[in-house]
Amino acid sequence: MVANLGFGALVIAFLIALYGIVAAVVGVLRKIPAWVDSARNAMLLTFPLLTLSALSLIYLLVEGHYEVEYVASVTSNSMPLYLKITALWGGQAGSLVFWTWLMSAFASAVTLRRWDRDREFLPWVIVVAMVTLAFFLGLVLFVENPFARIWQLPQGQAVQAMFQPSGSVLFMQPDGRGLNPLLRHPGMVIHPPLLYLGFVSFVMPYAFAIASLVTGRVDDRWIRLTRRWTLVAWLFLSLGLLLGGRWAYDVLGWGGYWGWDPVEIAAFMPWLTGTAFLHSVMIQEKQGMLKHWNMVLVILTYDLVIFGTFLTRSGVLSSVHAFAQSAIGPLFFGFIGLTFVISLALLLHRWNELKAETQMSSMLSREALFLLNNLLFMGILVVCFWGVIFPLISELVSGQKVTVGPPFYERATAPLFAGLLLLMGIAPLAAWGRSSIQTLGRAAWKPALGTPLAVGGLFLAGVRQPAALIGFGLVAFTATVTLYEFWRGALARHRRAGEGLPLALWRLASRNRRRYGGYIIHLGVILMAIGIIGIEVFQTETQGTIAQGEQIKLGSYTIGYDSLAVFDTKDGRNVARAVVSVYKNGRYVGELHPRRDYYYESQQPMTIPGVRSTWEDDFYVLLVDWQPVSTEGATFKVYHNPLVNWLWIGGLVFILGTLVAAWPEGEHDLAVVHVRRRGYSTVEA
Amino acid sequence: MAQSVTNTPASQVNRVKFLVGGLIILAVVIWLIISSTQASAQYFLTVEELNAKGSEVAGRSLRVSGAVIGDTIQYDPQTLTLTFQVAHVPGDNKEIEAQGGLAEVLHTAVVDSNRPRLNVVYNGVKPDLLRNEAQAIMTGQLGEDGVFHADELLLKCPTKYEEAVPEQVEGSS
Repeated sequence: MVANLGFGALVIAFLIALYGIVAAVVGVLRKIPAWVDSARNAMLLTFPLLTLSALSLIYLLVEGHYEVEYVASVTSNSMPLYLKITALWGGQAGSLVFWTWLMSAFASAVTLRRWDRDREFLPWVIVVAMVTLAFFLGLVLFVENPFARIWQLPQGQAVQAMFQPSGSVLFMQPDGRGLNPLLRHPGMVIHPPLLYLGFVSFVMPYAFAIASLVTGRVDDRWIRLTRRWTLVAWLFLSLGLLLGGRWAYDVLGWGGYWGWDPVEIAAFMPWLTGTAFLHSVMIQEKQGMLKHWNMVLVILTYDLVIFGTFLTRSGVLSSVHAFAQSAIGPLFFGFIGLTFVISLALLLHRWNELKAETQMSSMLSREALFLLNNLLFMGILVVCFWGVIFPLISELVSGQKVTVGPPFYERATAPLFAGLLLLMGIAPLAAWGRSSIQTLGRAAWKPALGTPLAVGGLFLAGVRQPAALIGFGLVAFTATVTLYEFWRGALARHRRAGEGLPLALWRLASRNRRRYGGYIIHLGVILMAIGIIGIEVFQTETQGTIAQGEQIKLGSYTIGYDSLAVFDTKDGRNVARAVVSVYKNGRYVGELHPRRDYYYESQQPMTIPGVRSTWEDDFYVLLVDWQPVSTEGATFKVYHNPLVNWLWIGGLVFILGTLVAAWPEGEHDLAVVHVRRRGYSTVEA
Repeated sequence: MAQSVTNTPASQVNRVKFLVGGLIILAVVIWLIISSTQASAQYFLTVEELNAKGSEVAGRSLRVSGAVIGDTIQYDPQTLTLTFQVAHVPGDNKEIEAQGGLAEVLHTAVVDSNRPRLNVVYNGVKPDLLRNEAQAIMTGQLGEDGVFHADELLLKCPTKYEEAVPEQVEGSS
């Protein structure tokens, strides 16, 4: 029953989405506002329908309706409630339903805003949102139906179908196969929905960009309308990437956080274009330049989002993530190709109307440096894209499948990331319009003094790796410049208004949220860079088999093997848990409990590290093997990851900065000022 | 990116300046991509192809995929040395689909004793997903002894799970 209900809601939502597209187009072409209103109502109706559908699926998951194949494939009786609910996005069909649900929620939220000044955008925003929604709903209905049940035919075969084949009976499985143990981690529970939130919300800026191209209202109104959306989309995407890294670090047991896996890259690529977009729209707002470029970026981001959704859920590339093999590949590529071509055609159609208002004159002006930043982001994107498709290309060209691994990405992107880090320091110092080496030098010399001090200090402290010296040098430069900006601004307020310094700092940031939020994000990136350089350059490891009472030494750390216990848990695991004492420079600092969980149900072991985490470093111990009876001992693998915690702390600062930048402020004032400067009048419908 | 509104000589000089700057960056990116590809390209081979090429590819960085034969897995925790055999599976996705999907292909590969096989040695922690009929994707070199020395081991168990599961083990080197 409930399966039919959920499926029925999907069918109706699909039909309504198709109707909404037609109604919006007819309403615009025939100039009948009632049709556009009808399309808007259709848009609003998809959300309750898809909510119903998603709730039906959750009900089936929680209640253990294993006659539904999807439910059987991702849940089992022994799973706790929260995992049963989150199994909604544990497999392909369910995640597609989840995707459409988010899409309808966001589109409805946008539809509900006040449209007085932007009436002409509405129908086209609806069209773009509905086309995207209809595509995903079509996939769910015709290719990946999560409500399909298993039926047993009279001849005894079991088939998967939505409706009862004649003469068959429902095939009830006593228990499901359960969610993979690797996915039963808080990081994995919230990481996919955050990524999806990011993906889906990036559809909105694209919808407005297309609306602007179709209607010919190509001023930067669409950018202003979507600025906060874009920031929030970007925030979710960043959070999704960060949590994915944290999950890998906690669960995968090799002391790493990022493996340049095609699926990680698939989520990273829209982030790259999105980040470039966030920077370059500022140039359009301030200087009226790069209009074509911003359109290209938002179109690319949209199609990379679709591509990312596809890659994470299909098996097109030999990824460690992509287990699912299904027929949705050609459909996805068709959709991506079609939307890309149509968007570019629209852009070409409006090409002349998007001419720059002013001209870039100086190579060191802030807009030129922002452009350079964009080029570097695009460079990283091209490297990523090349790495992902290289196996396919090489096979086409030479018949020989050649792949590139993490060394390729590390080698090719490191100089580009270093360039971005440097730009992050220089660009905020450069002036708009004209800037020369002299003016830049005057602004930079004081904070730049920190760099030789930091590099010299590290050199004297015994650091000799060039990568670390260059990296930390750039970090020191950018950090001092950014902090100096805060200091300079606060000091000016302090002198002018007589505010105390902390108050001046607070007001400075809260009155210019976008600018100082951006600087806080930069500080977050700098802290993350410290963590990344730390673990990439200075990670050390060792391994050994020791009897109880014996020790393993790594750098200034020593571990002693105390005891081991093997026991069963209620949720179907067999746990082997070791107790090791950790000593630093001979002093006892605590004990760790690395363990190995064996899941009976899926016959899969899972290694969970014991980690001692400090500001300075992580000490990471894995239990590799053990002899339960004899005194032979146990085998441990031990990692020392210096500075890695700054990666996560930087992530938090990064998120804080994004929140500051996205927090609502007097946007209307901005718009008024802008209207006066540019002298355009808004078109009322 | 820099479009000129007027075509004064100064703006043309500017245009050239920016064009040259853009081209330099483009050249740097292309150079980074080409040189990094050359430095880290790995040939993706099936067990059959590897056996056919033999010493021809010895010492080169290779990626090999095969079906793990459960009975051959041996692990010495003292030295963290892991040895096992993999059986040939087709490298082409279409071929795998035609033969009934990855799970089926892996199963047949392990049961069929006439399939070409490859000895693999790996030094490090034994991966959780290493078991009979798992697909192993190994990165490393073929030694003179005909044994594949894997630096990196990637495992997939398609029979069990549909959803996205990364399981990767970095080489100990």
